[in-house]
Amino acid sequence: MPFSAQPPASGERYALSASLDNARHLSSLLRAVHFQDHATCLATASGLRVTVEDAKCIQANAFIQAEIFQEFSVQEESVMFRISLSVLLDCLTIFGTSSLPGTSTALRMCYQGYGYPLMLFLEEGGVVTVCKINTQEPDELLDFDFCSTKVVNKIILQSEGLREAFAELDMTSEVLQITMSPDKPYFRLSTFGNAGSAHLDYPRDSDLMEAFHCSQTQTNRYKISLLKPSTKALALSCKVSIRTDAQGFLSLQYMIRNEDGQICFVEYYCCPDENITEAEL
Amino acid sequence: LSRIGDELYLEPTESGLSLRAVNSSRSGFASFLFAPLFFQLYEPGSAGPETELFRCKVHMKSFLGIFRSLPSLEKSVGKCLILLKPRASRLVLQLHCKYGVTKTHNLAFQECERLQAVFDTQSCASHLCAPARLLAEAVVHFPPTLAEVTLGTGPGGKISLRNYVEDEAEPSKTMVTELWLAEDEFQSVAVAPGSHITFCLKEFRGLLSFAEASNLPLTIHFDEPGRPVIFTLDDTVLEVHLVLATLSDLQSTSQSPSTNGVSRLPVPSDDFADDLESYMVAMETGEGGSERPPSPTFPLRTPRPAQREPQEEEEEEEEGAVPGTPPHKKFRSLFFGSVMTPGRPGAATTQEVLAEDSDGE
Repeated sequence: MPFSAQPPASGERYALSASLDNARHLSSLLRAVHFQDHATCLATASGLRVTVEDAKCIQANAFIQAEIFQEFSVQEESVMFRISLSVLLDCLTIFGTSSLPGTSTALRMCYQGYGYPLMLFLEEGGVVTVCKINTQEPDELLDFDFCSTKVVNKIILQSEGLREAFAELDMTSEVLQITMSPDKPYFRLSTFGNAGSAHLDYPRDSDLMEAFHCSQTQTNRYKISLLKPSTKALALSCKVSIRTDAQGFLSLQYMIRNEDGQICFVEYYCCPDENITEAEL
Repeated sequence: LSRIGDELYLEPTESGLSLRAVNSSRSGFASFLFAPLFFQLYEPGSAGPETELFRCKVHMKSFLGIFRSLPSLEKSVGKCLILLKPRASRLVLQLHCKYGVTKTHNLAFQECERLQAVFDTQSCASHLCAPARLLAEAVVHFPPTLAEVTLGTGPGGKISLRNYVEDEAEPSKTMVTELWLAEDEFQSVAVAPGSHITFCLKEFRGLLSFAEASNLPLTIHFDEPGRPVIFTLDDTVLEVHLVLATLSDLQSTSQSPSTNGVSRLPVPSDDFADDLESYMVAMETGEGGSERPPSPTFPLRTPRPAQREPQEEEEEEEEGAVPGTPPHKKFRSLFFGSVMTPGRPGAATTQEVLAEDSDGE
């Protein structure tokens, strides 16, 4: 593909360099975690992970495996930097966000290393745009310490069943309460808003339920404003896994199939809301 | 109903579930009565000798929020269960959706007085029946912001619709739209010649959209200016009434007793205080020339929130009888009280009796 502004020849070593035929494979995933302005990018040999956090309570990660890229090379063991996600998304979608079939924006991404800006070369229909985005010191990221051995309850649902529910959540409620249980109501989402309470129940034998492994009845509350952004990830995904551990930490993992049928993941971790007690509800 | 008021009144009755609304100036009232056959299951609960069937009101927005997206509702919801739980103070709406998913909404409600406007379709001098589409197509010619419209009967049995222009408006700056409908476009026409009424278009539009969507003919009952206009829709399982106050002719400052002989409450003149208490005082002192002593259904009390006592029915009427003069328009508010001469038990409308004489119980 002819670039008038060619990236420097391979004599230069880049900490990170990657090529992607269709920038949408990256931009749509990043949008699913775009609830804060800044994100931390971590590139390793296995791929790119973009992390966004808020209020020290919630963390979202978008994973784009190396296999999704046409070219992906990381020089050191890992490369990490903080960047404005808003600006990054604006650049990736500089040719517009509508996806006409057949047209796509090609992307080449280069990062020289610590202190250097992230360079993006975007091309569509012969038009090339070069972007340079400043990078910053990466923040320390939360570690939810969520591993499969600590999982108490886990269900996997088809996203179709949850999409409308999440989009219509009563936002006058401060919390979203999630109940998971081996007995009724099995899986319940509850809100407590100005009009009254609302409960959404999914039975364990529902067609939407792909897997149901609940050993203990757990009810946890999470700040609804923190979880609402996950609706974007839900909208893109075909399946979602919902897991809680003994402390009530919530893990939402979304399986997303891109236009070429490749699988990517987005996950959200959230702390339970300690402030609201049973009595207040 | 949301075009009329902010609160939805739910009243289960033996003849079905009635959903009602009233506007803030009490000049517009609508009710939808769903017969028991409309439902798969209808249990209004039991009314004992002391208690009545429970009724309540909820915020319109909260109720509508549950039925937010009609297309998705049609696709995904199998059935809806509505439960009224007085002891838990909750109105429960449960939607049974596909894939076994259940959505349960627990709405807070308020107990309320019985909401009933006084009207009698049979006592109206004029009646028109038209397919909803005819009226919808007529009304489309008026700007969406138009507040009032005048419906009139003209020569040759033609029916006219014209936007209402206030007297204060400058003639050179106003646009008047008038359209005429031929008698044969209506399903039935039985009108007093030369009659006309002016009513609020905005509130009517809501009913019109419903009528169009359900493909039901709309019947308009009207009489002299100042007397309410009643729009009805009838179906085997649904009865809809929309009652709107109409502008009275400026020439008459008080209404002469109508020909049906129902004795009326003294009509407050326009400079009456907009306040129930003084109205009740006027009633008690016999101002306005009422020929009857105050009816026992109007005890002289300041209105207070309805309480669940046997007296409740009497309190309701008083609660509702707000004298006229809403803001700048000269609409009379609909009288929610009922003063029935004992000799005319049949004066009640097809609706349930508004207020029984306390000796009648």
